Amino acid sequence: MPEAKKTKSVRTTVIPSSTFKTTTFVMHIRTPLQKEYLTEKALLPSVLERGTKHFPSREIIQAALEEMYGAHLTADAVKKGEHHILSFKLEVANEKFLKETVPLTERAVQMLASIAFYPNLNEKGAFPDLIVDEEKRNHAQKLAGVKDDKMRFANKRLAEIMCEGEPYALPVLGYEQQLEAITGESLAKAHESLLKDSVVDLYVVGDVNEQEISRYADQYMKFSSRPLAPIRSAFKKPDEVREVKESDEVSQAKLHIGFRTPVVFGDKNYFALQVFNSLFGGAPHSKLFTNVREKESLAYYAASRVESHKGLVIVMAGIETTQYDKALSIILQQLEDIKNGTFSDEDVSKSKAVLRNQLLETMDSPRGRVELEYHGTLIGENWNADNWITEIEKVQAADVKAAAASLELDTIYFLHGKG
Amino acid sequence: MEKISFDQLQEQLYHEKLDNGLSVFLLPKPGFQKTYATLTANYGSIDNHFVAGDGSEKKVPDGIAHFLEHKMFESEEGDVFQEFSAQGASANAFTSFTRTAYLFSATSNVEKNLTTLLDFVQEPYFTENSVEKEKGIIEQEIKMYEDNPDWQNFFGLLKGLYKHHPVQIDIAGTVDSIRQISKEDLYTCYESFYHPSNMVLFVVGNLEPEKMMTLIRANQSAKTFPESNPPQRILPEEPVDVQKTEAVIPLPVQTPRCLIGIKQPAAGLEGRDLLQHELGMQLLLELAFGSSSSAYQRMYAEGLINDSFSFDYTSEKEFGFIAAGGETARPDDLVEALRRELISLKQSGVEADHFERLKKKKIGFFLRALNSPEYIANQFTRYHFNGMNLFDAVPVLEALDAAYVERLLEQTLDFENRMTVSKVIPAGEASAG
Repeated sequence: MPEAKKTKSVRTTVIPSSTFKTTTFVMHIRTPLQKEYLTEKALLPSVLERGTKHFPSREIIQAALEEMYGAHLTADAVKKGEHHILSFKLEVANEKFLKETVPLTERAVQMLASIAFYPNLNEKGAFPDLIVDEEKRNHAQKLAGVKDDKMRFANKRLAEIMCEGEPYALPVLGYEQQLEAITGESLAKAHESLLKDSVVDLYVVGDVNEQEISRYADQYMKFSSRPLAPIRSAFKKPDEVREVKESDEVSQAKLHIGFRTPVVFGDKNYFALQVFNSLFGGAPHSKLFTNVREKESLAYYAASRVESHKGLVIVMAGIETTQYDKALSIILQQLEDIKNGTFSDEDVSKSKAVLRNQLLETMDSPRGRVELEYHGTLIGENWNADNWITEIEKVQAADVKAAAASLELDTIYFLHGKG
Repeated sequence: MEKISFDQLQEQLYHEKLDNGLSVFLLPKPGFQKTYATLTANYGSIDNHFVAGDGSEKKVPDGIAHFLEHKMFESEEGDVFQEFSAQGASANAFTSFTRTAYLFSATSNVEKNLTTLLDFVQEPYFTENSVEKEKGIIEQEIKMYEDNPDWQNFFGLLKGLYKHHPVQIDIAGTVDSIRQISKEDLYTCYESFYHPSNMVLFVVGNLEPEKMMTLIRANQSAKTFPESNPPQRILPEEPVDVQKTEAVIPLPVQTPRCLIGIKQPAAGLEGRDLLQHELGMQLLLELAFGSSSSAYQRMYAEGLINDSFSFDYTSEKEFGFIAAGGETARPDDLVEALRRELISLKQSGVEADHFERLKKKKIGFFLRALNSPEYIANQFTRYHFNGMNLFDAVPVLEALDAAYVERLLEQTLDFENRMTVSKVIPAGEASAG
């Protein structure tokens, strides 16, 4: 795999590849996940998409994107561990597949820079009230809508209950009350502060010329980004297991279980944790899938996932309300079994084969490549699929047992039907 | 083996129809790590009434195509997922209105995985016990969708659009309908629709076409199949008019949802003509409601739509419909606005600049989609079953003109008795309207 190259100004990483018919630009603007400006940061992506200094309305932005052969722009706010990240992604056709010649690469960098750094402020230096009001209304629906997606809602509740008082408990979309108080001025202030205090990373994947990208980045993205010390979430051993049951109008009950582990991305044991997760509930050969679903017919889905930068393993299953005790005990038993080494060498090799395949498949998606690189960026190290695979291959059965043993049950959350 | 080149896209497609009737397509994608394969039966949730091999007419329980998809993963040796995992592949399947697809993606052991795919789909193994057990799993899948307001609204719309056509039936069926499914029903459906001549294999990725085709030929010629007997579907006569003009579904939601649907007559076209029709309809909707349209800006500013707003034109051989809508605080006002905007587009006609920009957008969309092996395999197969070729999309788009789309606008946007509305409203407000 070609070495990714870093350039100065906005930290730019070019990942050369001739596999794709498009060029993908991803810009991550990262700040610590904290209460200050939480809702403003969540609202900003949609307001920034409503117009820039150079493209003053959504219609004009959209028309420019259409003119760029349907360049595809997305903007959102996500949390990764205890980072709050505003993500802007732009994917444009590679010029060589088009009948006419258009400088799409340069226009893409211009567009991305314009959206993130040059907002359309009024004479008072504020975002226009009309747009802020419309986007606040839209955002309020998004906030309310979390409750309409039961899996997402249960995940949010689990994080709030389990990590109360820690940044991780903060909801990525912010709070309704904070939203109400936002004005064009306060949002402009939040944007200014964001540009001052964040770390900005630009990734470009495609058949592009690196010098050309650096030149455009220097020209259009003049920006003094401050290095941010890597954030390492402190491991908090739970004092006691919390069991929280809530009721709602649901056909299917949601059982979400949170475990803590001191192992996070960057640790020596991290890859063993990944192999453990694949065996526990990360794939269709896993213990959760085969026992909770195939053997006992209790669920359509029963899976686990790792929150790499926070040290959490989350189990999720959709079940009948009446099957709570049975499902919970089977799930916990699967973890005990792995802790006790009740699995075969073949189970370990299957889990490693599945992970290896997932990593290699990631390489086939431009965004997947960026995601993988960004894991390393978050802890100030260089990581790519090849390094990951090398580390996965080293994992032995004893390491999987140890990874399982590192888990501490913290919170059991159950969202069940009424009556 | 036939080789078809698409020069502008720099793609080469290999095709062969095997002796047993299986259509095989191979698309080499140098530079890709993975190989993605789909084996698809031309059989979906709408195929619930047909003439079986013994000549008898069969009406099978709703949701059986999807049930069959689940059960195929069990083999005499156990669970096929285990085999794919051991071979480093990730496997899956899905059922739509008209197709059932089995698939895997793998970055190693591609030949072994391809053999596993062909073998497990061509060796049905059902026992009474395992069929009963699957009912609990699918019941939970159905309940998961019961809690999904957008899914409920979509099927509310289809039930409003169609009087008899089985497209209105939920793909997974209902808890009651799947309880009636027996091992024998599954074998009947399997035998009627899983003959190689009713299936397509599509493989895309870092592959050598000659070598792979040799493997596939050998695998297939080692198996025996009954005489090919094209499935005889029995479809009800569906009137042009909708079943009803409005459906209201009370659910525990925070924000109401609203969709409008416009029933379309079957296009009666095939091949490139059908492709042109479908792309033209998509462009038309994009012109009317796309994010660069003035209608979108107006509806957004009035608070009638948010980011969830979407629109789509679905067309298959026997049915077609337009759907548009999303979350909205004011469903009735949204319906009025959508209707008004369509009428006003009809009056003002298609603006040439806007049309050209949207053509570019659509071409860019295809180029982006061609990065995705999943998109290529799934969409190619869908197009193929409808007599179209996915790779013709870019040249057909380039040749489309505004006059054609204006004619479509005249012909298709006829609301008289063809429009229906489905609304999800917060439970408890049902009578408030």
